[in-house]
Amino acid sequence: MSEVLARGRELRSRNRTRLTRPRTYVWIAGVVLLLALPFYLDRFWLQAGLFAMAAAIGAIGLNLLTGATGQLSMGHAFFLAIGAYGYCVFAGDGEGGLTGLGLPTWIAAALAVGVAGIAGGLFSPIAGRLQGAYLGIATLALIFIGQHVLFNAHDLTGGSNGRDVPPLSVFGITFDDSELVVAAVPFGASEKLWYAGLVLLFGCGLFARGVLRGRPGRAMNAIRDHRIAAGVIGVPVARYRAGVFVLSSMYAGLAGVLLALVFQRTVPDYFGITLSLEYLAMIVIGGLGSVAGAVAGAAVVSLLPQLLTRYSDALPLVSAPGTGGITPGEASRYLYGAAVVAVVLFLPGGLASIAARRSRPKSGHTPGEEQ
Amino acid sequence: MTTFVELMLNGLSMGSVYALIALGFVVIFRATEVVNFAHASLLLAGGYFIASLHDDIGFWPAVLVGIAGAAVVGAAIEFLVMRRYRGSDHSVLAIVTIGVDILLTTELTRRLGTDVLSLGDPWGDSVLTVGSVSIAYTRIAAFVAAGLLISVFLLAFRYTSWGVAMRAAAESPETAALMGVRLGRVSLGAWAVAGGLAAVAALFLTVFPTPGLERATSLAALKAFPAAILGGLDSTTGALVGGLIVGVTESLATGYQSELTFLGRGLGDLAPYLVMTVILLIRPAGLFGTKELTRV
Repeated sequence: MSEVLARGRELRSRNRTRLTRPRTYVWIAGVVLLLALPFYLDRFWLQAGLFAMAAAIGAIGLNLLTGATGQLSMGHAFFLAIGAYGYCVFAGDGEGGLTGLGLPTWIAAALAVGVAGIAGGLFSPIAGRLQGAYLGIATLALIFIGQHVLFNAHDLTGGSNGRDVPPLSVFGITFDDSELVVAAVPFGASEKLWYAGLVLLFGCGLFARGVLRGRPGRAMNAIRDHRIAAGVIGVPVARYRAGVFVLSSMYAGLAGVLLALVFQRTVPDYFGITLSLEYLAMIVIGGLGSVAGAVAGAAVVSLLPQLLTRYSDALPLVSAPGTGGITPGEASRYLYGAAVVAVVLFLPGGLASIAARRSRPKSGHTPGEEQ
Repeated sequence: MTTFVELMLNGLSMGSVYALIALGFVVIFRATEVVNFAHASLLLAGGYFIASLHDDIGFWPAVLVGIAGAAVVGAAIEFLVMRRYRGSDHSVLAIVTIGVDILLTTELTRRLGTDVLSLGDPWGDSVLTVGSVSIAYTRIAAFVAAGLLISVFLLAFRYTSWGVAMRAAAESPETAALMGVRLGRVSLGAWAVAGGLAAVAALFLTVFPTPGLERATSLAALKAFPAAILGGLDSTTGALVGGLIVGVTESLATGYQSELTFLGRGLGDLAPYLVMTVILLIRPAGLFGTKELTRV
């Protein structure tokens, strides 16, 4: 409910003419739809939606760094891993020989995000000085360091078997499969997490939008477009780069926590270089530098394999895993790989620019304000 | 001491292979200012050509076809994708190469599946022993071939008109174009050369003692990225030195890992990245890279 209230406050505080715009009603319809979905969808689709939400949070963070500031990062998966495993370590109860501090789970989640931020800060001597593709290759190191630690620090990570994720509990609600019947619909972990995910995604989106529209956002875009000029007019370039890197790591950390809660088990293989490339594909397909773009791209890239898996029987060329044909996972990688190339060549600005282009003639917005 | 010498020799040999990959990477960067993240998949493509042809047409013809095939793939990427980009932001082009990499790697790993393909090389697993030091013939072949190719390349880069055109294009594209250098042809050539070098590197990355061409080969190819970066992205000397540093570090870290068990297993894969991180902390432009100067 809280996001509806927040939305209402936001609407009242804005120009009244907004109420007459179709855009407003599309938003309201969208929010109502998202709130109602757990009552109708089965577990498979709720899980898929939750993955998309977690991915959207991570992609917003990466878009702040790569899209808005022009700093390519291939190390996003590392910070996702820190979030996921950090949460397990802080919240775990120390069973099975694994380190667990047994903290209340919501504190553990916050601490995990904090630790991801600190890890980003530790990398800042490099993140602040390097730019563009150089940073991209330097951050590759993070992936390999991360994989090494995940496989070798058995006490913390459980090695290659991974470790179980303790369920989150906030305000007396535990997000596990203990059933809670709401309006004759049994609410399991997915249904409850759905709302937590919505709240988190909405908060993260608003915060990022605030950053992008305000003074920091202008400074970040200035650094991306002309670093020297930005420095000359007084933007502390290295500090901003390092700061955005930390912020983006914290977004990734939060996405990691949410992913861990959805998976209910974390395994190190997942947090490899493919995951980093997926996040880059998301922001490029959705649109570099905008929150809406990150969310759209995350939805496309993370729902595509699920859709193809579900309907693999009905689709030509795609077959179930193990039968020799193109698996749904591979098919979706073909699609988003091609989409990355096509978007950069033919649709600079990504999916978000289509929406912006349609609304521009009426509202008279400049594309910059659509961020 | 014997172990140390063996590890150094193996490291230098692997390093020369990494240098081959890094050299192709640097050539593309100098000619077009694009960081090519699709390099690992070019290498995988070259290896795949050789692996799938050597049974039918013999090893040496297969190698030639593999080199030519990878060169064509590289040129095709330049011609079909890079050339179509109308903007001027080179970091966006780097992202395009990531898209190309996703496509190519998916296709090649799908074809490879879980197989480990042999490349049918004539050296097998025979070992040369001098005194108490023994080294595999494949490693010697790798070192000789890489050294030969690198020398030929550097000479061509310095003395042929192709090399002069490429260096001119790297120095100042506008001036070079006005002097009659055809920039499109230069970048096409750079991508083709990089593809060919990657195919040779693929051969030596997959011979004994490694099991053969498999999915993980593209991960091994990624070690050329730190090699190129720690030497300096725009320096051919840097690529050579970077490659050797990466090779030797990896070899020593793998060889002595029994004494370094407190750092965990598989340290050899990690070592090149740690070295790169340390060097970037001290010299952000790499060892031999030109420090970026900008006139405002």
